[in-house]
Amino acid sequence: MIRQKSPYPYWFVLPAAVVFVTLFLVPTLASLWFSLTRWDLFTAHFIGLDNYRQFFKEPFLIQGLGNTLVYAVLTSVSKSVLGLLLAVLLTSGILWQGFLRAVVFFPVLVSTIGIGITFAALMHPTKGAINVALAWVGIDGPAWLSDPALALYSVAFIDLWKGVGLATLIYIAGLAAISPDYYEAARIDGATRLQQFWRVTVPLVRPATVTVVTLSLIGGLRSFDIIWATTKGGPGFASDVLASVIYKQYQAGFYGLATAGNVILFALIALIILPLTWWLNKREVDL
Amino acid sequence: MNFTPSAAFLAAFSLMAGLAQADTVLSVTTDGNAETVTAIEALTKAYTAAHPDVTFEIENRPGGAEGDNLVKTRLATGEAGDILQYNSGSLFQALDPARNLADLSDIQTHVLDSFKTVVTAPDGTVRGVPFGAAMGGGIYYNKKIYADLGLSVPKSWDEFMANNAKIKEAGKVAVATTFGDTWTSQLFVLGDYFNVQAEVPDFAANYTANKAKYASTPAAMRGFQYLEDVFKGGYMNEDFGAAKFDDGVRMVATGEAAHYPMLTFALGNIKQNFPENLEDVGFFAQPGPSADKNGLTVWMPSALYIPAASEHQAEAKDFLSFVASVEGCNTMIGAIGATGPYLIKDCALPAEVPAAVADMLPYFQAGATAPALEFLSPIKGPALEQITVEVGSGIRPTAEAAALYDQDVEKQAKQLGLPNW
Repeated sequence: MIRQKSPYPYWFVLPAAVVFVTLFLVPTLASLWFSLTRWDLFTAHFIGLDNYRQFFKEPFLIQGLGNTLVYAVLTSVSKSVLGLLLAVLLTSGILWQGFLRAVVFFPVLVSTIGIGITFAALMHPTKGAINVALAWVGIDGPAWLSDPALALYSVAFIDLWKGVGLATLIYIAGLAAISPDYYEAARIDGATRLQQFWRVTVPLVRPATVTVVTLSLIGGLRSFDIIWATTKGGPGFASDVLASVIYKQYQAGFYGLATAGNVILFALIALIILPLTWWLNKREVDL
Repeated sequence: MNFTPSAAFLAAFSLMAGLAQADTVLSVTTDGNAETVTAIEALTKAYTAAHPDVTFEIENRPGGAEGDNLVKTRLATGEAGDILQYNSGSLFQALDPARNLADLSDIQTHVLDSFKTVVTAPDGTVRGVPFGAAMGGGIYYNKKIYADLGLSVPKSWDEFMANNAKIKEAGKVAVATTFGDTWTSQLFVLGDYFNVQAEVPDFAANYTANKAKYASTPAAMRGFQYLEDVFKGGYMNEDFGAAKFDDGVRMVATGEAAHYPMLTFALGNIKQNFPENLEDVGFFAQPGPSADKNGLTVWMPSALYIPAASEHQAEAKDFLSFVASVEGCNTMIGAIGATGPYLIKDCALPAEVPAAVADMLPYFQAGATAPALEFLSPIKGPALEQITVEVGSGIRPTAEAAALYDQDVEKQAKQLGLPNW
């Protein structure tokens, strides 16, 4: 195939290229350099791969890495499952459909920090609304955010509450794109509602699923704000994820080490997301 | 006829003279604590009253690790203003003071030597002046509970734990614990330093030189053990993981809890929020293994510095020399009261001080004080507060926690580029 010559001169890319190079490419390359130094903002000494060695030696890092994966998978799966179910419900023509759609979507619009502070108050072990309500029915509620065994899951739940609206929205768009003819044909063949859902809806809504899974997985892997606003990675290091470990290194003034952590986070996201999108998109073509 | 031009000339001249003379505006950055702001406002007001040509612009930065980050970034970019209020000791050392802060060695005539050492750069020059009173790190106690239960102030850890058992039996919270603000979890470890150095006098020097470790020094590890003991005894409030500093102050002031391990600056909060309970709160140094070697671990106050990039070096320095004078010290006492001894020669405390301060002063008079480790060594591991939360919540046992903290310390020492690490 002969590549057609573009009618536009190359210097048309110049404005965009200047922005891209100064704001994206240069900082990325600079961070690669600084990740190889001991950097205190005033001076940087080259120390080779010591930061990477140190980062992998961090005792809380392995736990943080595990937490990151658990958190990302948990929020991503629950958002896509719940999002799809809500989308089916909210396109079925139930009463107050428009209002309910707005209700589900509303948390997406609220500031994450605001949500974090609100839930930290709701989940307070003795004074929080959740445990006060549980006490009325005779249940002694746990310390949602300060019990080391529970903290990560409590935060994942808050993230689900906040993020499921966006997943639902994407699924509603995906469902609208499925032609009613498929359902009609299925009904003529005698398919039940459940069979219609499994055999028609789920396969045909795949493009939406790809989008939801990819977005929420990336979101989960680099999740930080909601964790910082609720537990700050605590108690101890129990709900630390990669991003909060990195942030704490910045706070402590270990700028080179933190930058190395960011490079690792970047590599991790790329390693997970690239094959995943390739796989999900390939399946789509096969259909 | 020639009246008009001369009047115009006169007006223009006086205007120019006014401009030339007036209005050096010095920008001041503080940590934003209520007490700090009150004190800074009183000092700047007094100074402007004597020097009408100098006015101030006060800005409050966030506290904690976020504030540390902000200060370092601003110093690195030369945007830290004219006067900076910031910690002394190890945090001061992390600012690369010889490069970033102005030399204030020549305005130290009234400053006590004990303070000069904690704001001295590695090159031997003094870079700050004291701001506020020295603090003790120890344990606040509720005098009413002590009187009701017939308890006496403990001198050893065993006596302290015996008191806790009785308090628990009486249905009260023995030790207010506020891990919702993680920094408050460090007190049992940091406040124990008097007892550590009483047993191992050269710990600080060997620790800085990478020769002494927490995990291999039983006296140093004891602070972690205390956290574990209190957790295992079930002496804490039920919401210990979520409660915050303000809750701890409330609990010990109002008698919900008998003890609260804290720095004495908390007295300002008690005074502000629970003035009617001020006299119900007493204070004692953290008890250690032996009753006859008990003493107080002391924190130096923060300092005022002049960033090297400031364009008003002379004016800022003149203000700081006022702060470091007896007059400046008295201005501060007038504004925030006496929460502890000041670091200025001949600056006497008023005769009437709150009960908790009166409890603290005898340690100073008897010489039973030692500076906290962060004023003797430039190294303090940044993850200590998470580790102490873990020990105090029963997540990690003492020995493991001390070893983990040693690793954290190593990271900080390497970042500072210290020899032997």
